[in-house]
Amino acid sequence: MTDRPYLEFERPIIELEKKISDMRDFSAGESIELSGEITSLEKKLNKLRQEIYSNLTRWQRVQLSRHPKRPYTLDYIRMMTTDFIEIHGDRYFADDKAMVGGFATLEGRPIMVVGQQKGRDTKQKVIRNFGMAHPEGYRKALRLFRLAEKFELPIVVLIDTPGAFPGIGAEERGQAEAIARNIRDMFRLKVPIVVVIIGEGASGGALGIGIGDVVMMLEYSWYSVISPEGCAAILWRDAAKAPEAAEALKPTSDDLMKLGIIDSIIPEPDSGAHSNPEEAARLVKNAILEALSDLQKLSIDELLERRLKKYRKIGEYNE
Amino acid sequence: MAWFRKSKQGLPTHEKRNIPEGLWTKCESCGEIVYGKKMEDLLWVCPTCNFHFRIPSQKYINLLLDDGYLEEYDTNLTSADPLKFKDSKKYPDRIKAAQQKTGKPEGVTAGMARINGIEVSFAIMNFQFIGGSMGSVVGEKIARAIERAIECEVPLIIVSCSGGARMQEGILSLMQMAKTSALLAILHEKRIPYISILTNPTTAGVMASYASLGDIIMAEPKALLGFAGPRVIQQTIGQDLPEGFQSSEFFLEKGFLDMIVDRKELRKTVTKLLKYMWRR
Repeated sequence: MTDRPYLEFERPIIELEKKISDMRDFSAGESIELSGEITSLEKKLNKLRQEIYSNLTRWQRVQLSRHPKRPYTLDYIRMMTTDFIEIHGDRYFADDKAMVGGFATLEGRPIMVVGQQKGRDTKQKVIRNFGMAHPEGYRKALRLFRLAEKFELPIVVLIDTPGAFPGIGAEERGQAEAIARNIRDMFRLKVPIVVVIIGEGASGGALGIGIGDVVMMLEYSWYSVISPEGCAAILWRDAAKAPEAAEALKPTSDDLMKLGIIDSIIPEPDSGAHSNPEEAARLVKNAILEALSDLQKLSIDELLERRLKKYRKIGEYNE
Repeated sequence: MAWFRKSKQGLPTHEKRNIPEGLWTKCESCGEIVYGKKMEDLLWVCPTCNFHFRIPSQKYINLLLDDGYLEEYDTNLTSADPLKFKDSKKYPDRIKAAQQKTGKPEGVTAGMARINGIEVSFAIMNFQFIGGSMGSVVGEKIARAIERAIECEVPLIIVSCSGGARMQEGILSLMQMAKTSALLAILHEKRIPYISILTNPTTAGVMASYASLGDIIMAEPKALLGFAGPRVIQQTIGQDLPEGFQSSEFFLEKGFLDMIVDRKELRKTVTKLLKYMWRR
C-alpha cells in the first residue's frame, strides 16, 4: 500500500490506483504490452471514483475537508498568487500564527489575502494552533482589512478553521469582542471582499473573517454554526454521534447553496482538492477573479448597500 | 475475606422534602433561605451574597421601563424548521415545548418603550426559551429592534441572556450574528447610542455579535460571560479553570466591560448614561 494518508472510503480508489501504477512500472521494466489492461483499469477507476464521490455522506464530506493532504491557506496563496508578502502581528499583543495574511498579486491584480492557517506536521500543527485563532488573530485580520481599504485593494479571504480557540488567554483578551467587531466592521469596508471556504468553516471562528460580497465554498468544505462533534456532544451528549450531527446540521456546500447562504460552489478535481492541489488552486483562482471583476463594476455605495442587504435577508421564519 | 459487606437493602432514603413553590427560596450561590415575598421586593437578589437570580424577561420589563410598559412588536414571528432538524426531539416539538413553558412565541421580546421619559427601542432575551438561543426569529426581532432605533432615531437597549446560536437552525443561526452586527454598523454611523446589558449567562454567538457591540456594555454581578462555555474550555485545555473565570468581575478586570450594575440600579444607570449620550 502507498504510505500516503487516506480516508477509509478512499481505500478502494487508492488500491486501484496502486495496481495501475504497479502495472505501469512492470510493463516499462519488462517491455510487456499492458496498455489494454491499464486502460480498462483506468476506466474502472473513474467509474469507482464517481460512484464513491457522488454518494458521499455529509460526514464523509466533513472528513474530506480535513484530509491530511488537503491544501491549506498558504498552499493556495503560493499556488494562486505571485509576490506574496506576509504581514505579521495585530500591533496590540502578538502575532497569531493561526491567522496569516499579506499583499499578493493575483493574475497581475494586487490584492490583500487573509486566512486561517493549519499545520501539516505535528510541530507545525502546534505552531499554527490547529488553525484556531486567538483574539490577536482576528485583530490582525482586521488590521490587514483596514490596510487594504486604505490602499484600495480588494480583499480575498480563505477560511479554514475548526473554530476560534476556546482557551483562557482567548477569553482574557476578548475573543467574543474581537469576532463581533470584525463582523460589524467588515460590513463597512470600502473595498470588495471575496470569501472562499476552502476547508472547515466552524462557527464564529469562520464568520469573524467571513463577511463578503461574494461567498463561495469549495465542493468538499463545510460551514456551520458548530462542528458536528461539538453539536453531537451537546445535543446527543456523545461526540461519537458526529456523523448523525453532520446529517442534521446540513453543513456541506450543496446544503448551503440550497439554503441560499453562499453564491457558488467551486468544484474540486478528481477525488478532492488533495488529489490535485494545482488544479484546485486554478479553479479557486478563476472563481475569485470572476467574482472580483463583477464586483469592481459596482460603486462603493452600491457595494456596501448590496453587502448589507445580502445578510439582512438571511433567516427563515413564519410571519 | 472482605471486612465489609454491602448491605443488601442499602441505606434507607427519605423522600426529599419539597419546599412549597414560591414560599421560600434558596440562594443558588450561598444557600441562604429567603422568604419568597421578600425576594420579590429584593428583585430576586440574594440579601446575603448579592447573587442575582435569573428572572423572566417580564420582570426586567417591569423594573426597567416606565410603567413597566413595552409596546411590543413582531409578536407574530415564529420559528420555521429550515433544516428539518432532529436530535432526540424534533425541532418543532422543542419550539412548542418552549412556547408552552414560557407563554412566549420566541426567545426575544422587543418593542418601543420609555425609560424615565426617554423613548427607546428595547429588546430582551428570555433564557427559558431554549437557553435564550438565537435562531432566525431571535435574529430577525433583534434586527428589527435595531432598525426601529435607526428609523425612529431613538437609543437602543438590549438585555442579553443566551447560551449562543441555536444549533437546530445550523448556518442560518450563525448568519444572525452577521445580520444583527451589520445593522449595528449603521446605528453606529448614525451616532445613536446602544446600551448592551448582559445578564447571566451571555455567551458564544450572542456574546460574539450584538452583545459585545454596545457603546456601553454593562453586566449584572457574577454573570457568566464569554465566547466559549467553561466546559468546552476545560476540555480543550485539560485543566481546571481559575476561580471566577468568565464572570462579570473577570471581564471588568480584563477591560471588556464598562461597568457592573446591581439589578436595582439598572434603570437609574441607563438613564444617567443616556443623558450624556442622547440629547436630541
